[in-house]
Amino acid sequence: MAMRILAEMGRMLGADRLIPVASAHIDGALYHGDSGVHFAERLVAGGAKVAVPSTLNVGGLDLLDPDNVKADAHRHDMALRLMRAYETMGCRATWTCSPYHAGHRPAFGQDVAWGESNAVAFCNSVLGARTNRYGDFLDICCAIAGRAPRYGLHLPEKRRATVLIDSSAISPALKRLDVFYPVLGCWYGAEIGGEIGVIDGLPADCSEDQLKALSAAVASSGAVGLFHVAGRTPEAPTVTAACGGDVPARTIRLTPEMLRAARDRLSTVTGETIDAVALGSPHFSLGEFDALEALLPGKRIRIPFFVCTGRNVVAELERRGRLAPLKQAGVTVVADTCVVVAPILPAKAGVLMTNSGKFAHYTPANTGYAVVYGSLADCVASAATGRVMRDETVWQ
Amino acid sequence: MKLAAVPQIAGRAEGEVLKLEQPISFWGGVDPKSGRISDPRHPDHDREIAGRILVLPGMIGSSSSSYIMLELMAIGRAPAALVLAEPDAILGLGVVVAREMDYGSIPVLILPREAQSALKTGARARIEQDGGIYAETSR
Repeated sequence: MAMRILAEMGRMLGADRLIPVASAHIDGALYHGDSGVHFAERLVAGGAKVAVPSTLNVGGLDLLDPDNVKADAHRHDMALRLMRAYETMGCRATWTCSPYHAGHRPAFGQDVAWGESNAVAFCNSVLGARTNRYGDFLDICCAIAGRAPRYGLHLPEKRRATVLIDSSAISPALKRLDVFYPVLGCWYGAEIGGEIGVIDGLPADCSEDQLKALSAAVASSGAVGLFHVAGRTPEAPTVTAACGGDVPARTIRLTPEMLRAARDRLSTVTGETIDAVALGSPHFSLGEFDALEALLPGKRIRIPFFVCTGRNVVAELERRGRLAPLKQAGVTVVADTCVVVAPILPAKAGVLMTNSGKFAHYTPANTGYAVVYGSLADCVASAATGRVMRDETVWQ
Repeated sequence: MKLAAVPQIAGRAEGEVLKLEQPISFWGGVDPKSGRISDPRHPDHDREIAGRILVLPGMIGSSSSSYIMLELMAIGRAPAALVLAEPDAILGLGVVVAREMDYGSIPVLILPREAQSALKTGARARIEQDGGIYAETSR
């Protein structure tokens, strides 16, 4: 069945042949309905095993702290069956949407088959490996076959940028802040969409967590599998290199007004009301926990405060004795899943504050909560005072 | 009026046209239980896609949209047909897997954005095996 699906998709996408892939990241183990469980169990019944190293994206349950997810019995059982089916096929139980921070880092130029939109964008744009946006089911079919259709972003000529985004009008101080990257991504995804852009003028030492936040936001607001950051994307040391030696077909000069409009789109309400905070989409890294812990002393968290992360990070926190103090400070650490894919937030909907462009995008439809976007420091300050606090000065 | 679309997945269908005003991610955009558009930021929020000839100006977002498509096929809440602006690896995949799982099939056609403007929400349309779309012109 996997080979038939792969062959049919290859034909539909105009691929001339299949190519070997070095690894896969698989997004199909998150429960959205019984059909996906039946599909995975049919593969298992046929004896399917993955042929290449394959990590798993989030599931619909927190297997480390099951009480975090308030699923009814049917949903719980089906979500668990789905997760177990993918494990049975030989996928690694990483259960994270940040596989690149859980040891899965393909090399520059390597062909891979990844699902999960943020991971696809990060894989192409930050690691320089090559993957298309593989949807649920095709990712596991590629992993079983060890092959993917040769089309799209596997081909060097389809990876060239045609749009230059000139960020020279944005203050260097803003470009150093974490809060800038989801906003840039929200603007980029909506504006550039399916074209390939090269962003010029970002700090050469911007962090992987900043690029992770950018990847998640571009992919939530647009059909973006690859963006180039000049000086940072491995195949884009310069704008000219990103464009394959050509000049860009068009140039957009990014302005502070464009960014402020994108920032405003990330929130669905204004005002002071706040009922919960959620961080960690993509999953929080150890470095992000460092930043959170630095903000906590002297503050008392008054509202539900969720941080979603991978079990690899939970294990590190535990080993270093950091998990218990976080819990004492009022932080709920969620592993293996997250607040927009599983019933975790308190049932009575209200206003959720987040520093994640991806949470900001999906929260209203998936949880019923309204959403307010702010920096990490804004989120902590708001959780401590019980009303929305945002530092507006950085956007002036 | 006849429009010549290119079939990605051939088939016949008939129904009312729903042309979305903006691109959408099925995951986080369409409720897999009801087949309604669930994203409150989307201009077509709360409209039902089940049974419609769904015309999409573009796809964004999640790779889980193929799962949502499969689930809609499984529970009988899928659109009657998909008319996409460009070839897409995500929604068509949901239909390909649905055929493997015996959940049925629907036509998936490619019709560039400029040509899509001839299709209006609310009009009746019929899709033929060769990708031809026969649509009412005024309504």
